[in-house]
Amino acid sequence: MAEALAEPRTARGGARPRGGGRKPAAAPRSPGALLWALPPVALLALFFLYPLALVVRQSLHPDTGGTSLQPYSDLFASEAFRHALWTTVWLAPAATAGCLVLGFLLSLIIAFVPFPGAKAVARFIDVYLSFPSFLITLALLFIYGTTGIVGSFQFLTTPWGVLLAEVTYFTPFVMRPLLAAFAQLDTAQLEAASSLGARAPRIVRQVILPEALPALAAGGSLVLVLCLNEFGIVLFTGAKGVTTLPMLVYGKAILESDYPGACAVAVVNVLISTGLYGLYRVVSRRAGA
Amino acid sequence: MGIRFDSVTVAYDGNVVLDALDLTVEPGEVMALLGPSGSGKTTALRAVAGFVRPASGRVLLGGEDVTDLPPYRRGIGMVVQSYALFPHLRVDENVAFGLKARRTPRNEVRQRVAEALELTGMAGYARRHPRELSGGQQQRVAIARALAIRPRVLLLDEPLSALDARLRSGMLAELARLHRELPDVSMLYVTHDQVEALTLADRIAVMDKARLQACGTPRELYRSPDNAFTASFVGGANLLPVTVGAGGVDFLGTELKVDTAEAVAGARATLCVRPHLVGLGEGPNRITGTVAEIQWRGATHRLYVETGGHRVMADVRELKEPPLHGEPVTLHFASEDAVLLPAGVSHG
Repeated sequence: MAEALAEPRTARGGARPRGGGRKPAAAPRSPGALLWALPPVALLALFFLYPLALVVRQSLHPDTGGTSLQPYSDLFASEAFRHALWTTVWLAPAATAGCLVLGFLLSLIIAFVPFPGAKAVARFIDVYLSFPSFLITLALLFIYGTTGIVGSFQFLTTPWGVLLAEVTYFTPFVMRPLLAAFAQLDTAQLEAASSLGARAPRIVRQVILPEALPALAAGGSLVLVLCLNEFGIVLFTGAKGVTTLPMLVYGKAILESDYPGACAVAVVNVLISTGLYGLYRVVSRRAGA
Repeated sequence: MGIRFDSVTVAYDGNVVLDALDLTVEPGEVMALLGPSGSGKTTALRAVAGFVRPASGRVLLGGEDVTDLPPYRRGIGMVVQSYALFPHLRVDENVAFGLKARRTPRNEVRQRVAEALELTGMAGYARRHPRELSGGQQQRVAIARALAIRPRVLLLDEPLSALDARLRSGMLAELARLHRELPDVSMLYVTHDQVEALTLADRIAVMDKARLQACGTPRELYRSPDNAFTASFVGGANLLPVTVGAGGVDFLGTELKVDTAEAVAGARATLCVRPHLVGLGEGPNRITGTVAEIQWRGATHRLYVETGGHRVMADVRELKEPPLHGEPVTLHFASEDAVLLPAGVSHG
């Protein structure tokens, strides 16, 4: 007894392959390694950073000439922008929440309720991810559109239509990491919980959900950023009252030829996206995911 | 509270993995299910836990038919090889899990968690997480978690297989102590390790090929196994094909004097002799052959002696001058140390 208790407390991670392990400190870089890094960095700068800088520059050069913050002050003063900002900011988290709830439930069923074809469904999720987003909206138009099967009510052109389409399209993005996480889960844990007297709801709440949190965080943050920037779905629903930031960029740039205005909206959009991404990194690091 | 298998058959896709098992575990008894992998022993345990549904037959716990009860209503404690602790819960929360699932009053939960941790020697680790514990400690927590709900029976599925040899013998003694302290809890102990079964079990049920091969006390199975598989799986044995004669048997033309009371003269049979009961040199029942292999095992030498296409194993006290490879030797054994078994397929 005493002998066994005195054994060293070596941490054995058990069945929890998580990304908790920090990578060892990088070895001092050789000049050769820097040389290898040069081409990708150059490409990145040329095709991504430079255009982004141009956008930022354009947003500071109003059509009236000179350099000023005029496009921004015009923008913040405009009702259309504030409306689009508000729509974007509530629609994206709402769609994300919908995806998380729906994705969690569907993944639970696919992973833990044995039914014929569960594997085929899981595989279909992968295919679904490759579909373009407007395809879903188009499909929804056939059902809910004005000429569709249940077309008598103008549902799709409201924000709720956009929400429905976004939840439908983005839910598989949550399910992918969740299914991977569920596959890693030790079924012996579920059986232990069951023999200890726990029924399905308690097992889901206290055993599966805590294990799935990192996957939920990963999927959720991905969907949040994708929803913030979603353009195709909003365009295809043709919802007049629903203008999100990407729609506003499109409207200003293509329809109104107001490039400085469009660039200013784009910059705001980029800031919100990167801000949220940064927040996610901080939160996920604190959660140990 | 006892366990009874009443002709339990389990099949997956028409593949019978447990064939009409009849077995009774008495209240407070430790029954080992011993067998190689694929023998059906784990399936039998899972049928008691409720994770596999028998195709036919009934499972009874203390006289109550539980065949149709879901696992969470069976009141069973289960310990598995992988520990299956909840990684995000502390040790005390793990142990409290079953009590909370049963809506035990809060102050009683605290008391019973403390009891269970005390019983398994883990009281000092209550606020740790499983990943901060060694394998042996994690298995103690798993046992505490199973015992906290005061189960009717305790099921142990290869509980020591993930531990190293030194730790395993310590835990074995620990389980024996637990059994003494909880004399009313029946234990069903699944293992492929005959040492664990011989050490811990009141009775051993030997399983092979989805069937129960033999069931008895460790002593019975070791001293007088009733088939070749049991003889070789429990303790290891020489299994020699013989023909029954009058007052002895014929092994490749060599007359061996053994008790043939229960055999028919002229019948083919298998003679079972434990290697440690075979001696080197002249003696009553002699077998001659040549040394095919010799292994030094510290206190003993293991000889493999080739005779007429068969290898006879002998464990003898460490030899000062061991025979060389190919050297002719004579082995012997006492008549009363041999058991005559019905002829069967030798499992080596």
